[in-house]
Amino acid sequence: MRDEAFYFFTSIGNYTGHSAASLDEFLLKVKDIDMKSLEFHLFREDFEKWIAQTLGDSRLSDDIRSLRIQKVAGNALRDRLYLVVSRRLKELKGPVVAR
Amino acid sequence: MKSKSQDATLDDLDRQILRLLQEDAKQTYGEIGNKLNVAHSTVYDRIRKMEQSGFITKYEAIVDTEKMGIPLITAQMIITTDPKETENIAKKMMRYGQVLEVATSFSEELVITAKVVAKDQAELHSFVARSVAPLPGVLRIRTAIVTKKFKEERFGIRPRKEWARLKE
Repeated sequence: MRDEAFYFFTSIGNYTGHSAASLDEFLLKVKDIDMKSLEFHLFREDFEKWIAQTLGDSRLSDDIRSLRIQKVAGNALRDRLYLVVSRRLKELKGPVVAR
Repeated sequence: MKSKSQDATLDDLDRQILRLLQEDAKQTYGEIGNKLNVAHSTVYDRIRKMEQSGFITKYEAIVDTEKMGIPLITAQMIITTDPKETENIAKKMMRYGQVLEVATSFSEELVITAKVVAKDQAELHSFVARSVAPLPGVLRIRTAIVTKKFKEERFGIRPRKEWARLKE
C-alpha cells in the first residue's frame, strides 16, 4: 500500500484512480489529470499540505500556496503548477554547487 | 454439505410469525398467537426452531441517531476494482466501523458497493482518501452523499399467497 502517496480525487469521495508517490510521479500526473482534480485539491490546500508534510519541501509548498492565493484555475493552473514543480525538480536534481 | 437452513422449510404460519416479528420483535408469544389464531406455545416452538435453523439471525434495536444528537452523513460508494483483488478489498472494507454494508456487484464491470457513514464531508473524504483509495486493486471510486431518504426498510417476509400475487 502506498500510504504516503497523493491520491487524486475530483470531489469528495470521488477517486480518479491516479496517485503519485514521489514528486516525479506528481509532475507526470499534473500533465494529464482531470482539471477538476487539480482545482479540487488546490483549493482544499491538499497539494501544499502533502508537499510540506509528506515530502518535506516547504519551499515548493509555498509556491503552490501562492497559486491558490492568486486563485489560478483552468489551463493556467495546470501550466503554472507544472512549471513550479518541474522547476523545483530540476533544482533538486541539479548539482549542489554550480560549476 | 447442506447448511441448517437448507434442511428446513418455512410454512405460511412461520412466514406470518416472521412478518409480525419484523414489525415488532418485542411482542409476546401470546400477542402473536392471538393475531394468528394459534396457541402461544405453537408460536414459541416455531420461533425457537427458526432461531436454531438460522432463519432468525438476531434481534436488534434500531436507534434514531438524529434524536441522540449524533449528526451523520450517509454515502453510497461504488468502487471499481481489479477483479483479482475484489474479494480482498471487500473483506478489508468490512473491518471499518464507518462501513455499514459491503457487497460485490456486476454491471459492466465488477464493483464493490458500500454504504458508509461519517460525521461530515471532511471525515468522509479523509476516510475514502486514507483508507479506501490506497487499498491495492482499487481502480476508481464514485461516492454519492445521501441528501434525503425516501424509504428505508428491510425486506418484509410475506406468506406464499402474497408472493404469488406480487409476481403476477
